[in-house]
Amino acid sequence: MEILFFYLVAFVTLVSGLLVIRCQSPVNSALALVNTFFCLAVFYVMLHAPFMAAIQIMVYAGAIMVLILFVIMLLNLGTESRQRYTRGVVWSSIASLLMLIVATVTIKTGQVTGAEGEITAHTVKSVGHTELIGRTMFTEFLLPFEIASILLLVAIVGAVVLAKKEV
Amino acid sequence: MSSTTGSLPTTAPILFEDYLALGIYVGIALFLVAILLLLSWGLGHRTRSRIKNEPYESGVYPTDNARLKGPVPFYLVAIFFILFDIEVIFVASWAVAYDRLGWAGFGQVSFFTLVLLVGLLHLWKTGALDWGPSAARQNRKNQDIP
Amino acid sequence: MTPEMLSLSNSPGLFVGLMLLKLIVVFSVVMLMVAYATWCERKIIGHMQTRLGPMRTGWHGLLQPIADGIKLFFKEDIIPSQASVVPFLLAPMMILVPAIITVAVIPFGPDVTVSGLIVPLQITDLNVGVLYILAFAGLGVYGIVLAGWSSNSKYSLLGGVRASAQMISYELAAGLTIVSVFMLSETLSLREIVALQSEPLWGTFSFLPNWYVFTQPLAFFLFVITGLAEINRTPFDMPEAESELVSGFCTEYSSMKYALFFLAEYANMIVVSAIAATLFLGGWYGPLPSSLGVINLLGKIVAFMFFFIWLRATLPRVRYDQLMRMGWKVLLPLALANVVVTGFVVVLLQ
Repeated sequence: MEILFFYLVAFVTLVSGLLVIRCQSPVNSALALVNTFFCLAVFYVMLHAPFMAAIQIMVYAGAIMVLILFVIMLLNLGTESRQRYTRGVVWSSIASLLMLIVATVTIKTGQVTGAEGEITAHTVKSVGHTELIGRTMFTEFLLPFEIASILLLVAIVGAVVLAKKEV
Repeated sequence: MSSTTGSLPTTAPILFEDYLALGIYVGIALFLVAILLLLSWGLGHRTRSRIKNEPYESGVYPTDNARLKGPVPFYLVAIFFILFDIEVIFVASWAVAYDRLGWAGFGQVSFFTLVLLVGLLHLWKTGALDWGPSAARQNRKNQDIP
Repeated sequence: MTPEMLSLSNSPGLFVGLMLLKLIVVFSVVMLMVAYATWCERKIIGHMQTRLGPMRTGWHGLLQPIADGIKLFFKEDIIPSQASVVPFLLAPMMILVPAIITVAVIPFGPDVTVSGLIVPLQITDLNVGVLYILAFAGLGVYGIVLAGWSSNSKYSLLGGVRASAQMISYELAAGLTIVSVFMLSETLSLREIVALQSEPLWGTFSFLPNWYVFTQPLAFFLFVITGLAEINRTPFDMPEAESELVSGFCTEYSSMKYALFFLAEYANMIVVSAIAATLFLGGWYGPLPSSLGVINLLGKIVAFMFFFIWLRATLPRVRYDQLMRMGWKVLLPLALANVVVTGFVVVLLQ
């Protein structure tokens, strides 16, 4: 039952991913991308990580895509001339094929799968996935977390500076 | 949240079933809304005319493209929203685990909030949050400086 | 031995049957409330302005929503010639569906026991229910922004862009107020949040329930304001602003597509009322015994709706710069301060 559901969602994800690059209108592409994010959120849920799913929807579908839509709409990109990217398509398909091979080999031969880390599925079940994230972030990954605040500050200042330049 | 949920009946996630109900509910909602739209498409009468299908512009012929280049403040709001939304999420992830983090966690999240508060104050001072008359005043002031 | 929760494994037939029953009942009640909210709004505002409101269709116009619905079905469905068709058709769905979906996590009564198994009166008790609400609240913005852009009309575009900037600005403060609630509750499940609010206030005062409105009055106040702004109700109905933008983002819509925007507004009112009642006012706990919990919750929702309608009859629309100033310079800092102070107190009391 679950595996069937997984294949269904995976199929929808891939189709909407394809639509992102195949749609003529950039707004339709953006909508397809929103759908892709949704499917990813469903995957997080299936991996028993509902907190990540909620964040995926909040940040990617709710915030970043809104900005992208704003940019597409207000810059009026719809009328740009569409070129054919034949060469680009060839090169990128070769690159993605190589990536696929590398990924398959890594997963098949490496010790990524089956290895058991410090936090097991049992821990997640007993403590709760959300609390684990909070705890880890404020102990183990404290420095990156605080740096993130500085990064956000820089982004705020940078956005204002860029906007001022444009006016 | 402690690992035992105390007096409450256990709410250990019966994941699949919870999400099954949610999925069916979403399905029903989508289906009924689609039915409503289709019904009205079928039932409503249809006449076509060029003038009727023009966008409404208070009775005059529409001039120029409606898709104007947007004013910068709207992009800025969207960018600030992303940044502060991330802050909300970080604060939320502290809030679910604060009882195990104690004063250290509180200090860390306060520092985080303070840094972003500095960002907000910067926006406030540079006038990026101003709209309308006050924004115009700010712009004039900025133009006088150089 | 305590009875088990009803689940797919211990009684599949009963589980599926009850689940479908809950789904259909919740859906119908929400849609019925939406339909009659329009009637109530017209009646209440009518009487507040010493008019009668709808009177002709049925007793005191009681059949008015049905008549309106039928009328809208038979109206012409216009797609403007310059519109982008796909987003134009999707927009009304994208605004109504998130509103309806959010209701799924609201608990509407105590657990009941059916043939020895516990059944919670809630469509689904997600253990991240609060975050689920936050996530879906942010999605309503798509419908508005797409409606505004795809109509390819100047009024629509201005209305849509304004509305989306307004919604995202107020969402931040709304998110932070919700964070301060689940810091007190230490759980993200709405069912547990409601259960915690049934205890006496701070464990000592037996004459008051432990509603979070008493512990977090500022958060409650901020939540109601941001809720009003999120659902674009007066005094924050900038995106529609009839006097300047004709009808804002839905100017070009007609027939059932227009009706969906209209329904979405009322569905959103119900959702915000239900969330406010659940997070701050004890959900289905109240003056009536918990076997009548549904009525407690409905009573609170109706009270909120009346308040929102009353505001519409009372307040003028704020100006756009005032609106943005309030969102960023007043509500956001206040909500942040509220979270930090709450954090300080809860860590201190620990």
